[in-house]
Amino acid sequence: MKICVLIKQVPDKNSPLTISGDHLSLLDSNITWASNESDLYALEEALLLKEAHGGEVVVCTLGTESALQVVKDGLAKGADRGIFISDAEFNSLDILSLSKVFASAFKDERFDLILSGLQSDDHGNSQLGLLLAELLNMSHATLVMSTEIQNDKSIKVKRELESGWFQWTELDFPASLTIQSGINTPRYSSLRGIMMMKNKPIDKLTANEITTEKLIPQVKLNKIYIPEKAKETTYLDGSPDEISEKLIDIFKNEIKVLN
Amino acid sequence: MKILVYIQQDQGNISSISLEALKGAQEISAQTGATVTAVTFNPQTSKQLTAYDISEILLIEDEALNIYNPLHFIKAMEEAVIAESPNYIMFGHSYEARDWVPRLSARMNIPFISDCIHYKMDNNLTFIRSIYQGKFNSNWVFSEGSCIVSFQSGAFRADSLKAGSASVRNVSVDLSGVANSIKPGEKFQEAEKSVDLSQAEIIVAVGRGIGKEENLQLVYDLSKALSAEIASSRPVVDSGWLEPSHQVGSSGQTVAPNLYLALGISGAIQHVVGIKGSKNIIAINKDVNAPIFEIADYGIVGDIFEIVPKLITAIQDS
Repeated sequence: MKICVLIKQVPDKNSPLTISGDHLSLLDSNITWASNESDLYALEEALLLKEAHGGEVVVCTLGTESALQVVKDGLAKGADRGIFISDAEFNSLDILSLSKVFASAFKDERFDLILSGLQSDDHGNSQLGLLLAELLNMSHATLVMSTEIQNDKSIKVKRELESGWFQWTELDFPASLTIQSGINTPRYSSLRGIMMMKNKPIDKLTANEITTEKLIPQVKLNKIYIPEKAKETTYLDGSPDEISEKLIDIFKNEIKVLN
Repeated sequence: MKILVYIQQDQGNISSISLEALKGAQEISAQTGATVTAVTFNPQTSKQLTAYDISEILLIEDEALNIYNPLHFIKAMEEAVIAESPNYIMFGHSYEARDWVPRLSARMNIPFISDCIHYKMDNNLTFIRSIYQGKFNSNWVFSEGSCIVSFQSGAFRADSLKAGSASVRNVSVDLSGVANSIKPGEKFQEAEKSVDLSQAEIIVAVGRGIGKEENLQLVYDLSKALSAEIASSRPVVDSGWLEPSHQVGSSGQTVAPNLYLALGISGAIQHVVGIKGSKNIIAINKDVNAPIFEIADYGIVGDIFEIVPKLITAIQDS
C-alpha cells in the first residue's frame, strides 16, 4: 500500500504572532514553527497502517523554505520518502489553486491513500483532502476516528458526526481521508529515526516541475486584523490571594453561585 | 444577483445551522437586492421553507438523496448550480457540509470560502473568516464568476428569519451515473451520554493548560467546592484524561450555564461555539493573547496552579 500524508507547517501554539504592516500576512521572523497537530495524527495512522499491512509512507508538504522541517520530522518518525513543494509562485494561491499544484505533483504517484489532518491550525480551510479526492478521482471520508483495511479493494472508516454520533463508511481504494485528532497516539521520533532520516530521499518540486493550467487565485485575502471584542472583559489582577478574594466576591454578589 | 442556499435536514428535520445561513442570505439580499433560492432534497423540508421570505424553493427529489451520500449530494447540487447559475452558493458549516462541499468546489472549479463568521458590504461583498485558532479575523473577496460560502454556527440568528411565502419548484436529477465508491453505513451513538452538561448551572472547564493528567485533581477539587460539573476542550479528551462525554464544542456538547469557569483553555473556535450561550464566562489563562479572553466577562492572566488552590480554600472558608 502506498500512503501519502499531507503535513502543513503552522505556527506553534505558543508562538507569538504579529500582523505585518500591510495587514496581509504575519511577520515570519518571530514565529516558532510546528507541524499541524491533526496532521501528526494522520502521519501516525499512516505509519500504523504500514506496520500492519506493509507498503510505503510518503510525507508531503507545500510551504516556504522552513517547511522542509516537517518533511524531515516525518521521515524521522518512520516515513520512507518526502515530497517538498516550494516556490514563491505558490505563496499567494487560494486553496483551490493549491490543490491543483498537489494534484499535479501526485499525478504519477498512484497513491492508494492520502491522509491529512481534518483542519490546519492557521487558515483552517478544511478542504484540501476533499479537493484532492475530486481532482485525483479518489473516494473520501472526513473526520475519521478509526480505519480498518477490508481487502485490497476497500477500507472501512469510522467517521465522527455531530453531537456524539458516529458512522462507519466503506470506501473503495484509492481514498483520501481527513483524520480527526485523538484517533491514535502520535509517536516521537527516536534517535535512530533521526539518524536514518538523513539517508531518506526528499523530492523537491518547484513551479518548473508542476504542470497545471495557469493558476489565478479566484479568492483574495484583503486584510488580517485582531477581532473586535464581542464583550468588555474585566481583568482581575493582584496576587493569587487577592484574585481569589475578588472571584469570591463576584461568585457571591454578581453571579450568585455562592451564598 | 442570485444566491442559492442549501438546507441540510435529517429525515425532514431542518438543521438549524442551515436556517442561520438562510438568514445570512436574507440579510445580504436586503442590502443587494439579490434573490434567494433555498435548495432541499426533502419534500417535508420544502413545505416548511415556504413560510420564509425567499424567492423560491428548489426541491430536488430522488430516492438516492434520502440518506446522506457525498457523491449523490454533489451530483444533485452540481446540476442545480449549472441550471440556476447563482453568484453565491451558501451552506451552514456543519460536519456534513465539510464532507461534501469542498469536493463540489473542485468538481465545478468554483472557489469555496469556508467557515465564515460573518460578511460585510464594502464595495464588494466581503466574507469574514476567523484564522489562527481565533486569534485573528480575515476579510476575503472573490474576483469573478461564482463562489461557495459556508457560515459557522452562530453567525446569524435563525429565530430572526423573515417570514413570507415562497413556492416550491420540483426538479429531477439523474443520479444513475454516480460512482458507488463511498458507502455510508448506519449512524450510531457510542454509549449513553454519561454527563449531560446542557442543564448544568455551574461548569468548571479545563483545557490544554492543565499540562498533565495528575493535575486534574485540582479541577476535581474546585468543581466539588463549587458543586459544578466538569467540562473540557478537545485536547484533554484526546489525551484520554477525561471521557469524551465531558467535551464541549463543535464535536461535543453545547452548554449554557450561569457560570462557565475556563481553566487553561485557549478558546479555539471549535470550543467557543459550544459555550457562547453561557451567562457568565470567567477565564484563567497565562497567555494574555488567548482568544478565550475575547468572550470572557472576567479575565485573569495568570497561573491556574497558583490561583485555583487559593480559590478552593477561599470557597471552603466562605
